[in-house]
This record gives sequence, C-alpha cells and structure tokens, in this order.
Amino acid sequence: MGKQTGIRAFLLHLHPKQVDERAIKFTRTFGLGGINALLFVILAVSGLLLRFAYIPSQVGAYDSILALQNNVSFGSLLRNLHHWSAMLMVVTAFLHLLRVFYSISIFQERRKNWFFGLGLMLLVLFSNFTGYLLPWDQLSYWAVTIMTNMLEYFPVIGQPLANLFRGGDSVNEQTLLNFFTLHTGLLPLLFVVFSILHIWQVRKAKGVTVSDKTARTMVPAYPNLVWKEIVLALLLIALLLVFSMFVDAPLQEKANPAISPNPSKAPWYFMGFQEMLMHIHPFFAVFVIPVIVVAFLCYVPYFKYQELNIGQWFHSAKGKKLTIVSILFSCVLTLLLILISDISAGFQTLSGKLPLIIITGLIPFFLYFTPMLAFLFLLKKQQEASRIELIIAFFTIITMSYLVMMFVGILLRGKNMELIFFQT
Amino acid sequence: MEDLKKIKLTRRQWLKALIISILSIELMYVFTSLSKNNLRRKQNKSMYNAGKLSSFQPGQVYPFGTQKLYLSRFEDGGLLAISTRCTHLGCMVQANDNGFVCPCHASSFNQYGEVLSSPAIRALDIFPVEVEKGMVMVDLSSPIKRKGFDKSQLHYES
Ligand code: HEM
Ligand code: FES
Repeated sequence: MGKQTGIRAFLLHLHPKQVDERAIKFTRTFGLGGINALLFVILAVSGLLLRFAYIPSQVGAYDSILALQNNVSFGSLLRNLHHWSAMLMVVTAFLHLLRVFYSISIFQERRKNWFFGLGLMLLVLFSNFTGYLLPWDQLSYWAVTIMTNMLEYFPVIGQPLANLFRGGDSVNEQTLLNFFTLHTGLLPLLFVVFSILHIWQVRKAKGVTVSDKTARTMVPAYPNLVWKEIVLALLLIALLLVFSMFVDAPLQEKANPAISPNPSKAPWYFMGFQEMLMHIHPFFAVFVIPVIVVAFLCYVPYFKYQELNIGQWFHSAKGKKLTIVSILFSCVLTLLLILISDISAGFQTLSGKLPLIIITGLIPFFLYFTPMLAFLFLLKKQQEASRIELIIAFFTIITMSYLVMMFVGILLRGKNMELIFFQT
Repeated sequence: MEDLKKIKLTRRQWLKALIISILSIELMYVFTSLSKNNLRRKQNKSMYNAGKLSSFQPGQVYPFGTQKLYLSRFEDGGLLAISTRCTHLGCMVQANDNGFVCPCHASSFNQYGEVLSSPAIRALDIFPVEVEKGMVMVDLSSPIKRKGFDKSQLHYES
C-alpha cells in the first residue's frame, strides 16, 4: 500500500492493516460502535455551534433558543440535528450494549472493556439528561425536577447529592449553570477519554469477536472495512439531516416553577424508573433494585463458567430459544404486576396493619422476584440450561421489564398518570 | 536483581497510592466545601412577611405562589405554613376542598398536609411560623420534614 495522507491515514490508524473477513460483516456489529462514535462527533460539532447562540441563565436561556430558531438561518436545523442525534445516541448506545452482551463478547480479555462500555453508557445518559434542562421550558424544568427528586430517595447520600447537583433544594439558575458546565465541558471531555480507552481495548483484544478464532481469513482493512464505514456514515448523516429538516425538537412554554403540568414525566429513557416508582417503595425502586442490577452488570464477566462460546450469538441455539422465552415471560410478568398494582391502588388496601415499606416495598419485590427465580430454576432443571444461559435469561428478563415499564410510562399514562384505559 | 525488581514495584505502587490519596483528599475537600456552601445558604434565615395576622380569616387557606407556600388558618385560630412542594417528586400541589392535590401523579393530602392517597408517602413539609408586631412571619429557609400532623405544629397567637 502506498503512503497514506490526511484523513485516510487517520482512519487507517483506527484499524489494523488486516482484519478478519467475518468481523467486518454488517450483521456482526451492525456498525453500532461506529455509529456511536459518529454521533458523538456530530453532537460535538453541532453543540459547539449551539454554544454561540445559547445563554446559560434563567432569563436568557429560553429566549436564546427562540431567537436561534426564529432569527438565525438554519438555526432550527442545527438545534434539531443536535436534539435528534442525542436521542438516537441513547438508542444506539443501548443496542450496542445488547449486541456485545448477546454475542458473548464481554469475557476474558474483553472484561475491562465491558466496564469502559458501561461508563460510556452512563456518560451518554448523563450528557443527555444535562442537555435536557438547557432549553429551560416547562418540559425540561419539570422533567429535571422529577429526576433530581428521584435521586433524593437514595438513602443517606441521596439528598446531599441532589442538592449538590441542583445547587439548592429546587431546580434554579444554579442548576442550569451546573448542568451547562457538565454538559458542554466536563462530560464531553470524559467522553473523549473513555472513547479512546474503549477503542484501544478493542484493538488490544485483536478486533471484535468471531465465532471460531482459529479459522481466520484476513483481508486488508482498506478498502474492505473503511468503505463500509464511509457508506454507513454518509447514510446516517443524510438520514439525520432529512429527519431534522422535517421534525422539530420539542419546545414548550418557558419554565414556570409555580405551575406543574399534568402529567409531568421524566425524559423518556428514565420513564421506566418513574413507572417503577409508582408501584414500589422508593427504597426499593431507587436503592435496592438499581444496586442489584448494577452489581449484576459489573459481575457478569467474573462468574465462573464451565463453557463459553465467545462470539457466538446467544452462546448456543438453546441460549437463543431461552432468550425468546425469557422475553415473553418478562413481558407477561411485568404487565401483570403493573395491572394488579394499578387496580389495587398500589397495594395500599392493606395499609394500617403493616408498615409501608413491607406493603409497598417487600411485597411487590417478592411478587416480582419469586416467579422470576422460579422461572430460572425451571430453565435449569427442565432445559438443563448452563450458567451462561441462565445469566443471559436473567439479563433478558430485567432488561425487558425496564423496557415494558418505560413504554407503559411513556405511551399508556395520561392525566394524573392514570392508565389511559381507566381514564374517566 | 530479584531485590531490585521488588523495590521498583513497590516504588511504583507507592507512587500510585500517593497520587490516588492526593486526588481523593482534593476531591473530598471540593465536595465538603461545596456542601458547606449549601449549608451556609441554609443558615441565612429568610423570614417572609406574609401580612397582618388579622387579615387571615379562620377556616381559610391562603396561597403564596412564588414563595411555594400555603398559609392555613384553622377554625380555632391555629396557623400552619405548608410547603406546596409535593413529597413524591417535587411538583407544586394545588389546594382543593379536601386539602391539596398534586397535578403530576395525583397524590392527595388533607388540610393538614397528611397523605390521603399515594404515590407520595410523606406529609407535606411545613415552615416555622412566628408573629411579630402583628405580622405573620414564615421562615422559608428551614422547611420541616414530618411523618404526620400533630397539634404542636400549629402556631397560636393569643
Ligand atoms: C456527548 C453527547 C451529547 C449529548 C448526548 C447531548 C445532548 C443534548 C440534549 C438532549 C440537548 C437538549 C436539546 C434540545 O432539547 O434542544 C442538548 C442541548 C445542548 N447541547 Fe448537547 N449533547 C452532547 C454534546 C454536546 C456538546 C459536545 C456540546 C458543546 C460543546 C453541547 C452543547 C449543547 C448546548 C449549548 C445545548 C442547548 C441548546 C438547545 O437546547 O437547543 N452538547 N444536548
Ligand atoms: S410529584 Fe406529586 S404526585 Fe408525583
């Protein structure tokens, strides 16, 4: 290969000279990691431009967004592009996480990278959330109020932490400034650092996983991989631009701290939390369950496994079957519990006889985890599922439950957060 | 040779430990000074003058929107300054015939601010009330968390 210059040289530096033919098939990664990297670049550039128009103050913020949309040529387009790229990034980062998990690509030499990945997912959510407040309209003001109040339910450190973020006990101008600084300074910086570590780890593990490491057919990365990437990137940019031309980012009236809209909802990706909080005591919703889930996610690569088919989707054909069954099981269980809880008005009928934490905490907790553990036990006994297959099933059930709660919260709850079917 | 290796390793570990501890001390310092800042803000008592005591009729609730406050005067003359901040997730409650209701997720509270229906699990906060020279003064800087209502929370002026 001749001497490469400029952008091409840089692109080639990200890749090894030779790559496995199967590793660059679209269905191996769906290009999700690359999409996330591209989205970050789009966000950084559009965000930098937005900063020229944006005023981070209680009086100025909302009007500066209006001015941007109404008086600046392509101002709306710029804002829409930033907004929709940010929303898309939550989706693609999550899909990327699912991809590496289900293709058994987080073990052995990739353990460390699973952590960098979790860190990046956190950064995506946190960046998105801090950006959400910046337009300072009713939607963003009350969504952030609700989210920071959820944090307060975390025992001991919840309240001080929430006050630290907000710079006070309610969302105010200091909150706006804190979020602005995090959103346009600290978080993007951390993002760059984590991305570099993340990509470096992929190279260190000799590329993405393939199902059989011994049967390698190597091809040059240029043009085989690089061309695919360029086509995907151009497609994505074109799609985002067209979408941003036709669909405006939401903007409601200016924030009014004295009037809460009905219903008030958290940003859509946190709606699963809000939904959960309606059914189960905050001590469980904000502390016990998140701690269990995070501990599980961190520990997944460290369980002892008898066998692992690295790079094989769902580990095995059985694993795939069990995943599908788990999805169905989780949907049914979660929907059923939501319905029961809504009809019985949050298990409150029993109150007075037992402490609240038992009625609204322990009871729903066991109503969820007992059938789930029974189900896993059944998989183990009847289907002779191996440990990795059980871990996959557990992960699937939890993830699906969150998604179900999220969709119920977003789509099926109207005024007073009642289910729309029961609304009078 | 063996010894050298050992020294090298421990030195590196030592440096690492040093850097980590300096960083954590620094972080802790920033954290505590920031939270102290919060505290200082809290200690600045800001008494809000709600108006003449005689202008508050028994059996009425008076809203103070920007102060996020409802001032209730009960039939027996007792005063209660109730925070409008819903204890569920912080929306602003509105007064109705039975007490208060939250527009966000429909928690409702009685006239003393106690929970009638969830998702909220704690009674609405109250503020300390004093009467000075016939004026009702409310200390907005120190909201009081409480489980429920009891008589001692009412302020009487003879
Ligand atoms: C790391 C990924 C990023 C994410 C996920 C993200 C997300 C968001 C979101 C959700 C909004 C609210 C948009 C709206 O409602 O219109 C926003 C606004 C904003 N972002 Fe970002 N952003 C990112 C990176 C950046 C960067 C790197 C900058 C600047 C250096 C930036 C600057 C801004 C500014 C100034 C606003 C306010 C303008 C507006 O709301 O239209 N962002 N961001
Ligand atoms: S914030 Fe009042 S009910 Fe949720």
